[in-house]
Order: sequence, then C-alpha cells, then structure tokens
Amino acid sequence: MLSSRSPTEMVGFLYEAPSQRHLLGTDNFGRDVLVELIYGIRTSIFVGLVSGIIATIVGTTIGTVAGFAGKWVDGVLNSLTNLFLVIPSFVILILLAVSLRQRSLVLIAVVIAVTSWPWTARAVRAQTSSLKTREHINMARLNGKGSFEIMLTEILPYMFSYIFMVFVLQVAGGILNEAGLSMLGLGPENTISLGIMLSWALNFEAVRTGAWWAFVPPVFSIAIITFSLYLVNIGMDEIFNPRLRKQG
Amino acid sequence: MSPYAKYIIGKAKWYALTFFIAILLNFLLPRLMPGNPISSIVARMATGGAPSDVLKKLYTSYIQEFGLDKPLYVQFFYYIVKVLHGDLGTSFSLYPTKVNEILAGALPWTIALQVPSILVGWIVGNLLGAVAAYKKGKFDSIIFPLSLFINCIPYYCLAIILLYLLGVVLNVFPIGGGYSMGLMPSFSIAFFVDALRHYFLPFLSIVLVTIGGQAIGMREMSIYELNTDYVNYSKSLGISEGKIVRYVFKNAMLPQISGLAISLGTMVGGALITEIVFSYPGIGTWLFNAIRQQDYPLIQGGTLLIAIGVLTANFLIDIVYGIVDPRIKASQLEE
Repeated sequence: MLSSRSPTEMVGFLYEAPSQRHLLGTDNFGRDVLVELIYGIRTSIFVGLVSGIIATIVGTTIGTVAGFAGKWVDGVLNSLTNLFLVIPSFVILILLAVSLRQRSLVLIAVVIAVTSWPWTARAVRAQTSSLKTREHINMARLNGKGSFEIMLTEILPYMFSYIFMVFVLQVAGGILNEAGLSMLGLGPENTISLGIMLSWALNFEAVRTGAWWAFVPPVFSIAIITFSLYLVNIGMDEIFNPRLRKQG
Repeated sequence: MSPYAKYIIGKAKWYALTFFIAILLNFLLPRLMPGNPISSIVARMATGGAPSDVLKKLYTSYIQEFGLDKPLYVQFFYYIVKVLHGDLGTSFSLYPTKVNEILAGALPWTIALQVPSILVGWIVGNLLGAVAAYKKGKFDSIIFPLSLFINCIPYYCLAIILLYLLGVVLNVFPIGGGYSMGLMPSFSIAFFVDALRHYFLPFLSIVLVTIGGQAIGMREMSIYELNTDYVNYSKSLGISEGKIVRYVFKNAMLPQISGLAISLGTMVGGALITEIVFSYPGIGTWLFNAIRQQDYPLIQGGTLLIAIGVLTANFLIDIVYGIVDPRIKASQLEE
C-alpha cells in the first residue's frame, strides 16, 4: 500500500510533523518520509549488495592468485593491494564520483567496489598462502591438476565460510560508503537512498530546526542494518572459529 | 647501516612510490571523464547569465592554467612541477582566490580536530578493549555490545544525533561552525573558549566511534593472546598477574598499531564528513562546498592534501612501529 506510492511525490508542506496521514511526517520537499524510507532502504541495500559482490569477487580473485602463485606475481599483486589500502579510499571515491558524467546506482556501486576490494584481497591472500602448504594440495599436484583447477577446487572451498563473512562486512561497508558519498553530494542521482535522505535533511537544516523525523529514521536504519550485518558476521565467526566456540 | 635505518629507508621508498601513485591518480581520474571539463563548466556559467567576453577570458585562462591544449604526459609534468612548488591552482567558485590560500586556512581546523580525537579514541578504545578481554564477565558484556553498536554507527550519523540532542534539544553546545559569528579568529581567551565550545561536539563524535572500533579489535587480540601457550606457561611459573597482563598488552598492541595505519584513511574520511555535519571550517566542509559548485581545482587540491596527510601519518606510524616491534630489528639482523 505504502510502497506503491512514488517516493518523490510531494504530498504535503515542508517538514510537516508526523501525523496519521504521514506516519513519519514530510521532508523538505513535502514528501512522505515513510515512503522515502522504505524506498531508500531498498536502494541502500541494493548498492551494498552489488558493491559487496563485486568487491568480494575482485578481492578474492586477486588474493587467491597472489597467495597461491607467490614469487613476483605475489609481489606485484600484494604491492597493488597495499597501495590501495594506504591511499585513502575516500580520496579515490571522491575523484571517481566527481569524474562520472551521470551517477547511476550501479555505477556508484562499482565505484565503491573499486575502493573496497583490497581488504578482501589482503585477508584472502593470507588464508591462501597458509592453505597452500597443506598436504592435499601436493596430492592434487601429483595427480596432475593444474594451478587454476587447484585454486578452484582445492583452495577456494576451504575459504568459503571466511569469504562469506568478509562479504557480509563488504555489504555493510558499501551501505556506509554510499551514505558517505551522498552526504558529500556525490550519491546516486534521481533516486532516494538513506544517504540522500540524510544529505537533504542536513542541507535543509532539518537538524537545526528540530525536524527530527527527517533524519532520525535514516540514521536509525543505517545503524540497525549495519549492526545486524556485523552481528551476522560475529555469529558466523563463532560457528566457524573453534577458538571462540570453546569459550562459550 | 643499522637495521632500523634499513627498515626506515625501505619504508621511505615504498611511501615515495605510493605518494607518486596518489598524485598520478589525483591527476588522471578527473581527466578521464569524457569531454573537456572546462567547456562544460563555462557552459554552466553561461546559463547562469555571465557576459560572453568574460566567459571567453575565463575559458582561455583555464585552458592555459591546466595546459589542456597539450598532450597528457606534458600536462602531468606541468602538474607535478606545480604541485612540488606547492601551487594547487585557482579556485573556480571563489575566483581568483588561490586553492592554496583556501586550504591553508582550513587545514589547521582539520588537524586540530582530527589528530587529538583519533589519538584519544584510539588510546581509550585500546585500554577498554584490553580490560574487557581481561576482566570478562559483566564489564565485557557491557563494553563489547556497546562498542560493537557504536562502531556500526557511521561518524556522521552519530554526529547528527549528538548535534540534535546536545545542540538543538538541550541547547548546551553551539550548533555549528568553528567559532561564533561576529568573533574574529584571534589569540584571545574569549575566542579560545568559544572555539573550544564549538570543538566539543565534533570531537566527541569522532572519539566515540573510534573508541568503539578500537575496543573491538583490541578485545579480540587480547583474548587471542590470553589463550596462548606463553601465558599459560607464565602462569604455571607463578609470574604475577600484573606482569602477564603487561606481556599480553604489549603483544596485542602491535597489530593495533599497524591496524591504525591501515584504517587511518577510513577514519579521516569519516571525520571529514563529520565536519560537514557541524559546518566545521575544515577541509571536509570546503570539499563539500567545492563538490556542490563543481570547483575542480579545489576538489583536487583537497583530495591531494588528504592523501598527503594520510600517507605522512602512515609513515610516522610505521616509524613508531619499527621502534616498538622487536621483530623488525630481529628480521633485519638475520639478513
């Protein structure tokens, strides 16, 4: 019923307080905050998922190849990873987003992914280089399996639980990054996301005029979504990591 | 050569390379966009109703300033020479103010806000995390979920909530800016007190989030260390609790120091957005204004300054790490 309405439809005046007609009031354009919120959560989770998936795939690939190949390949890939870890991703995010002609949702997700893969790559590389020395890898080699096949069938499956945990954090990171970009005025265009709601609320002085309904719902949603994702991550850690399990 | 000097030189080389890449990215990324940025800017000004001869003059002066009529590598060379001379160009939105001037005015605010708040947050967070891991029980069951929750709230969200609660509802703190309107920055006590009142909320929001993140990391590291063999062995030898805790703390601290180096970029980014929330007169707020007005030289100057700042801070952390971590000396001696 609510989500069938357009989030950009103007239904009231500037910053109307919550009422029965608009459960969370209206924003600076007189739009229904509740409808925007529902739409915005969907957008933010979409950006988080897309950027999380891309960053995880890129990071896992680079990390696995670097950790498995060793020698100069590892040298090059590891330097690249460290380089992007040290150069603040915030800077690259801004530069990329500024350079884009139009900022569609998917493009923003890609930009975020470009800056967040190094974390995954670093973690996966460490895992791979320790997995590499295990017995079953040598067995696979003796059986004539190629490097690519070994990585795919003998190394990746051992890391799946771990990669999935990192993926969950990447999704949370993607949502936070989208909000951060939007706060800077570099968010996706022609749509509503949690970050864009916050950005409008700040620009139109919702905070200073006390229109709490314009910014508390998005702030609360961002915090709850990321908190839940972190809890998922910790929960999985307790299942997969025997050291934590012992402590109870 | 001493092993430590070797370590520092190795790091310095690595940072020189990173620094070069950062400049290259800063130069290249905005130029990758299709079309000539200058013409689109001038076109936008034209719709704003500026007279055409002024536009033409602006256009040629920008083309010259950026050397856009030359091949890319020549442009890059010019850019490097300019940056090394400390010339970041002229602002579009505040023409003809130099970007240097704007950033030089903003930098002290940002440094005064971020360095103390990140350091205080880091130290307090690590202490809390270590104590939580050691004491376990009630203390841990409060500290851990709390830090986890705070860690998940982005800086700017916490900043907005604090601003609303303490600034607007309770009206205890000013609701933005670095100092009150009407006061001129000076070295008087009145100005200092006023600036301090404006400082408190941004400071608090950065400190709180940093504490959250650091406490989680330190707790995890300390739990890991507390379960290691050397701790059990020390216990069985009858070494005093206090001494063991000191061992554990020292060992758990090392990853936290290198962790600070890695996450510094993210922290600074978050803290810059915090500035926007409070309209604090630092780099973050200027960057926000520059983005709104498509002031490319100012954006690029800002991002370059941030990159340099974070890289320098990282280098300093690595130097400290080299002193603190005995393994670095040991590994260098082996070679």
